[in-house]
Amino acid sequence: MNLKALLLGAGSLLALGVAAQAETLTIATVNNGDMIRMQKLTDDFTAKNPGIELEWVTMEENVLRQKVTQDIATRGGQYDVMTIGTYEVPIWAKQNWLLPLEFDEGYDVDDLLPPIRDGLTADGKLYAAPFYGESSMIMYRKDLFEEAGIEMPDAPSWDLVADAARKITDKDKEIYGICLRGKAGWGENMAFLTATGNSFGARWFDEEWQPQFDQPEWKETLQFYVDLMNDAGPPGASSNGFNENLALFQSGKCGMWIDATVAASFVTNPDESRVADKVGFALAPDNGLGKRGNWLWAWTLAVPAGTQKAEAATKFIEWATSKDYLELVASKEGWANVPPGTRTSLYENPEYAKIPFAKMTLDSINSADPKNPTVKPVPYVGVQFVAIPEFQGLGTAVGQQFSAALAGQISVDQALQNAQQLAVREMTKAGYIK
Amino acid sequence: MAREASTSRKLTYTVIGWSIGLLIFFPVIWTFLTSFKTEGEAIANPPSFLFFNWTLENYHEVQDRSDYLKHVINSVVISFGSTGLGLLIAVPAAWAMAFSPGKHTKDILMWMLSTKMLPPVGVLVPIYLIFRDYNLLDTQLGLVIVMTLINLPIIVWMLYTYFREIPGEILEAARMDGASLGKEIVYVLAPMAVPGIASTVLLNLILAWNEAFWTLNLTAAKAAPLTAFIASYSSPEGLFWAKLSAASTLAIAPILIIGWFSQKQLVRGLTFGAVK
Amino acid sequence: MATLHTRTSARYMMAPAVLLLLAWMLIPLGMTLYFSFLRYNLLMPGMEEWTGFLNYKYFLTDPAFDDALINTLLLVGGTLLITVIGGTLLALMLDQPFFGRGIVRLMVIAPFFVMPTVSALVWKNMLMHPVYGLFAWLAKSVGLPPVDWLAQVPLLSVIMIVSWQWLPFATLILLTAMQSLDEEQKEAAEMDGAGAISRFIYIVVPHLARAITVVILIETIFLLSVFAEILVTTNGGPGTQSTNITYLVYSLALLQFDVGGASAGGIVAVILANIVAIFLIRMIGKNLDR
Repeated sequence: MNLKALLLGAGSLLALGVAAQAETLTIATVNNGDMIRMQKLTDDFTAKNPGIELEWVTMEENVLRQKVTQDIATRGGQYDVMTIGTYEVPIWAKQNWLLPLEFDEGYDVDDLLPPIRDGLTADGKLYAAPFYGESSMIMYRKDLFEEAGIEMPDAPSWDLVADAARKITDKDKEIYGICLRGKAGWGENMAFLTATGNSFGARWFDEEWQPQFDQPEWKETLQFYVDLMNDAGPPGASSNGFNENLALFQSGKCGMWIDATVAASFVTNPDESRVADKVGFALAPDNGLGKRGNWLWAWTLAVPAGTQKAEAATKFIEWATSKDYLELVASKEGWANVPPGTRTSLYENPEYAKIPFAKMTLDSINSADPKNPTVKPVPYVGVQFVAIPEFQGLGTAVGQQFSAALAGQISVDQALQNAQQLAVREMTKAGYIK
Repeated sequence: MAREASTSRKLTYTVIGWSIGLLIFFPVIWTFLTSFKTEGEAIANPPSFLFFNWTLENYHEVQDRSDYLKHVINSVVISFGSTGLGLLIAVPAAWAMAFSPGKHTKDILMWMLSTKMLPPVGVLVPIYLIFRDYNLLDTQLGLVIVMTLINLPIIVWMLYTYFREIPGEILEAARMDGASLGKEIVYVLAPMAVPGIASTVLLNLILAWNEAFWTLNLTAAKAAPLTAFIASYSSPEGLFWAKLSAASTLAIAPILIIGWFSQKQLVRGLTFGAVK
Repeated sequence: MATLHTRTSARYMMAPAVLLLLAWMLIPLGMTLYFSFLRYNLLMPGMEEWTGFLNYKYFLTDPAFDDALINTLLLVGGTLLITVIGGTLLALMLDQPFFGRGIVRLMVIAPFFVMPTVSALVWKNMLMHPVYGLFAWLAKSVGLPPVDWLAQVPLLSVIMIVSWQWLPFATLILLTAMQSLDEEQKEAAEMDGAGAISRFIYIVVPHLARAITVVILIETIFLLSVFAEILVTTNGGPGTQSTNITYLVYSLALLQFDVGGASAGGIVAVILANIVAIFLIRMIGKNLDR
């Protein structure tokens, strides 16, 4: 009892010390380039909003996800603004963990891109505001394609991509036809493979939540991927994620790279990329089944229900996701560096339309359909993920199996069998299937 | 003749010793050097060892992202605070165990050590819930308490092995002279125990400084120590080798310097009085 | 009289430490034990229900569990082997007089002060990286294909990193022990015509036995819960090749937010740790009570 009183006293003393100063917002965010830029532009916000100070907690994606999830689920109240993905928003909104966002007229909610906005809305209320949005597309080396005499259409098929990749590969010169994600993780290789699976007609679950890894579509997807990577991929592909492939492509070692649309601004930036002027863009491939292998993702800002500073937090989000913020970045760093994929008006801006990847990014985003992602019907929402709480763990476990198959440590059949077993176990335990 | 042989032997050992020493130390030097390179030079092939354009750019970048000083202060408060609090609790306990051992003293000691084998992640959620209820999340006080409890078994055990080596006769003599328990500790025991306590303090500082599970999971912004400072670099972000090196150098420098200056003390403590 | 007085006061003096540790152990452990019988996922509050031993069944039949158990033993055993043997050799070397020995000693103990997260990051990115790492450069400059350490030999890589961190600890303790070996004893043996090797085996090693025990005890305590190094470098993969028990529990608790399952895993880990502890205590008891 005494100890409790003492601790409570000490705790409230500390709390008092903080409250006496200006209102301080604690913002949890991910260490991606666009967020780090936002952190550097903080002065603009504090100048416009005296009395609000910002405290940044910048973390690596996995650490961030783990900490904010734990905090929000236990109502720890450590953060006032959280950076979360489109996977979390619907799940958390359903639990009433997020406060609905209401902005001034000037914010122009209707300007947000419909596919992105849909994913962040529940019961007609917006629960998170998109900071940047992305789909995936092909980035390819125009010079290498010309040399090999191959023409890349705007909307290629998987067969064409695979042929081209094998033709371009020249292992002696360290040129690999295609670089794809191989690092295990639900947001790494499984994002790519789930989206690719969609274009092959595969799905995670049938309408009864039965896992589908024992079906021929998955076998075809995984076999295609492993064969292609063995023939035309870089060495050590099983530990390559987004950033590793980015470095490879920038240093001119990849003929093609299918990955997030945000990468376009990095690979065309002459300061960072040796191939900046040689990059072309195309939609992610399909297999003639009506679905393309591209995903849809957005990093968003949301206000947790546990905060005491909802008003200030909303103000901050309004600033960070506004049209003015895009102009602020453009004025300081140029239009190519503004956070992409959130607003229609950005793509209508003639300045922005000059950017080579602008149109392809928009087309890719618009062609993704999270509510109806697969060829066969599914009971879930989400293109490259399944919007159920169990997916993070299950997706990562399956990703480890597929990564091991890519590394050649187990066969494709073995990997699929393990994946099926893992999925059945997890879904049984969670009570989806008996 | 014999002298020459021993000189040449000494030279041989010098060569071997330095090679091995440099090999083991290499990752630290390499990190230090890389922190002064540009990102381009950091991944240059072949690598440049000393002849590159030294720059402080990375340190600016790292400081821009998070305030180094704030994290250092938190690290200092947490590691020193928990060490102090730990000593306060452990000294009497170890004293009692060493000088009036009961039947179960050994068992209690072993039980204490075995609590250190708990995988912390297994009890994270309960602790998080308790911390939330007492407003201890993201406070220095909260972390001081956790660090104290985590390292308490080691402190008690080290002090115990030390105190045990202080001859009991001295205490007997002091008691005969009518010294009270307090005096016994202050005048008789303390002077003899200082070296042991000093090395215990050092080891505990190092352990608390480097602890990365609780410090990362129970803090957000205000009480975050250096382990959280480094956490924002734990995934690659394009070219980041030089920035990573700068952040790493900053994170380990304080404790490395403390450790080097006090290594003689530390060595004595690490041996737990087991070696005479 | 005096003893009675001191006994009682001894109790009072021990009380804070014992009670605090008891609370630290029992309260979370009690809660963990309780959670381990619930279906309790952080992401689905309000759905908690009693499930009996279901969580234990799932944890123990997890396909990763066997791997994790073996990996844990390999990690602890491998690191102990490397650090004890390497530590003995280093201590022997540092026991010889040579120029600049003090500085070499400082260099050798440095890894002990480096945060586990930092050392894992440095090894992963600056040394073991298959394209930009120094090892890859070394391999290429002698015409070998670079090794992708963390994908091809993940567990070995983790053992290397952890051993690098703990080598100084073993070296320091063994060095002190060696220096305390009576010079006269050594000289007497030399007079008897014992060679360097037999001197080492018959005089130095038995003398070191107690110090080695201390090294094993302390290192085991810390090695059983190695976590940061795996999280930063391999994430337990590829597959489950570098997943240990601690990491497995972590992935349940913080990747899947399955508090019930993680609690069951935590309890299993506690039981396993206690089995190890009993072995250790037997061993230590023999060696330390001399």
